[in-house]
Order: sequence, then C-alpha cells, then structure tokens
Amino acid sequence: MCQDCGCSAGSGRKIIEVQKNVLASNTSRARANREILEEHGILGMNLMSSPGSGKTLLLEKTIARLRDRLSVGVIEGDLETDRDAERIRSTGVPVHQIVTGQTCHLDAFMLQGALHHFPLEALDLLFVENVGNLVCPATYELGTHRNVVLLSTTEGDDKPAKYPIAFKHADVMLITKMDQLPHTDFDTDRAMRDARVIRPSLEVIQLSARSGDGLSEWLDYIERAVQQLRG
Amino acid sequence: MHEFSIVQSLMDAIEAHAAREEAESVSRVVLRVGPLAGVVPHLLKTAFDTFKARSVAEAAELVIETSPLELTCRDCRQISTTDTVRFKCPQCSSLNVEAREGDALVLERLEMEVTDGPT
Repeated sequence: MCQDCGCSAGSGRKIIEVQKNVLASNTSRARANREILEEHGILGMNLMSSPGSGKTLLLEKTIARLRDRLSVGVIEGDLETDRDAERIRSTGVPVHQIVTGQTCHLDAFMLQGALHHFPLEALDLLFVENVGNLVCPATYELGTHRNVVLLSTTEGDDKPAKYPIAFKHADVMLITKMDQLPHTDFDTDRAMRDARVIRPSLEVIQLSARSGDGLSEWLDYIERAVQQLRG
Repeated sequence: MHEFSIVQSLMDAIEAHAAREEAESVSRVVLRVGPLAGVVPHLLKTAFDTFKARSVAEAAELVIETSPLELTCRDCRQISTTDTVRFKCPQCSSLNVEAREGDALVLERLEMEVTDGPT
C-alpha cells in the first residue's frame, strides 16, 4: 500500500508455494520423541480404540504378566477423569495422566510433556493409552514404535470398514473380549479380511483379557518388539 | 472432530509465512486433502472461518483440493484412483487391492497481499 495516501500503488499479490504437511510440526516432534525413547532403549506402544473396547483391563493384565521381565510405564489419555490412571496406578507401575479436556486425541507435544514425568533410564516399555476414539488419534503420530488397535467382539466386525484410517496406521489389531464371542454375531474372519484390505501387513491377535486366552500371544508380540528395538 | 486442532496448525503456518513475507493480508489458502487424511472438508472450512477472524487471513478464502487414493489390484494388476475410502478394484471388483497415497493434508499455496515498500 502507498505510504502517503493508502492507495494500492506499490503493492501486489504474491503467491507462495508452501507444499508442506499441515501437521509437519507434530510429525517432527514425534520424530524427536522417538529419538528420546530410543536413547533410553524404550519401546513405545500407542493403544487406540473406541471407548469401552477394553484397553485399560488389557493393560492391567499385561502389566501383571510382564512386570517381572520388563519395566513398564503408562501414559493415560482421557477427555475427563483420572479413573483409568488410578486403575493402572494400583498395579504399581509409573503412570502419567493427560486430561485432554475437549481434545479428542493425543498429539506429539502432549507426549513430549508427559515423558518428563517418567524415570526414562529405568523403563523398557511405555504404553500410551490414547483417548477412546477410533477416528482422530490415527491422524497424530506420537513417536511410538507400534500402533495397536483394539477391536472388541461386542462392537461389531464392521469397524475396520467403517473406520479405515485407524486400521490403515495399525501394526497389530487385537480382537478383544473373545470370551463374549458366543453372545455376539461378530465374524472374526470378516473383521480380519476387511482390516487387511486396508493394511495388508496387519498382524492380528485374538484374546480375552478377562479369561486370559490369547494373552500369551500378545505378550510374545510385545517381547519380540522390545527385542527388535534393541537389535 | 479434530478439525479445530488441524486448523490451529494451519493458522500457525499461515501466520508464519505471512510474517516472513511481511504480508498485509492473506487472500487465498490452498489445501490438498486426501480421503485417508481423516478430515471432513466442510468441517475444516467451518473451523477455518472461526479461526481466521482477526488474523492476517481474516478475508481469506480456503480452497480444498482433493488428492486421490491410488489402488493397485493384486488380482488384475489394474491401477486406479478414487476420491472415496473404498478399497475395491473398479476393473474386477476385487477387494485384494493395495492402497497408496490418499493421506495428504498439505498446505499447497498461499496468496497474499504484500507491500513492495517505499520506492
């Protein structure tokens, strides 16, 4: 704009080619988080699912079975309340709660803040229980090494087809509440087929945290992943 | 519904570029979005209209270009593109397809009004 009278002389339109991912800053923070975890030899696992699919119970049972072999920490993401964190805290492992308020997902910056609350040099494995939501968390990388998606038999086998993005980013799908299978019309083959259309390399483990069936396969998966990280 | 968070990141990028160019205003924002990006275009627009108020992009128009999902059929080898989240070969209807791309969420371009400075 002209300095004297405010007319448009001397000004112009400029086009800037940016070509940059909108979430680039989250992605680079996630990369930095991963480096922090790897410096300390910690495997990070990001658990994602709908509300009520059994993430917290699975974590309780997993910690009980693993704690003699691995030192575990847990980050709990919740919209409100620290009830899940309290449940995990009662197992005796270090827990940090992130209350997201209105935010429907965790992001890499929230994870960075949470890492300060852990004795990183003492940990082998860090679970992140993401906000119960099968849509938004999938868009935000955290810097963890494995994305774990839980799908419970009581939710229905159509979730992979309905929420493809969560499954697209998953490394392993846990079909949970297998003890409830007889009471549902959940078709495990269909759920696996639909999920592998979206993510061909997806590993699938069927389990029931309540009965313990399938848990050892899940624990093997975790221990293999820890070994891989350590080379 | 994480479109508000995404637009918050978008506004940060817009403000940074506008400041670097010493722009008076931003008039057009072009975003490229794929079907696997996990965002709903009209919700992005609503969020953008909320966030842009009293910013350098107050009068800006948000243009959303779609970026397709590329499917390679493992049965008939046909390569196709789609703007929907449908993992099905249009040639042979096979579900045995490999999906690539489609998750773009890219700030492509900004158009801004700049002052050339005193001559």
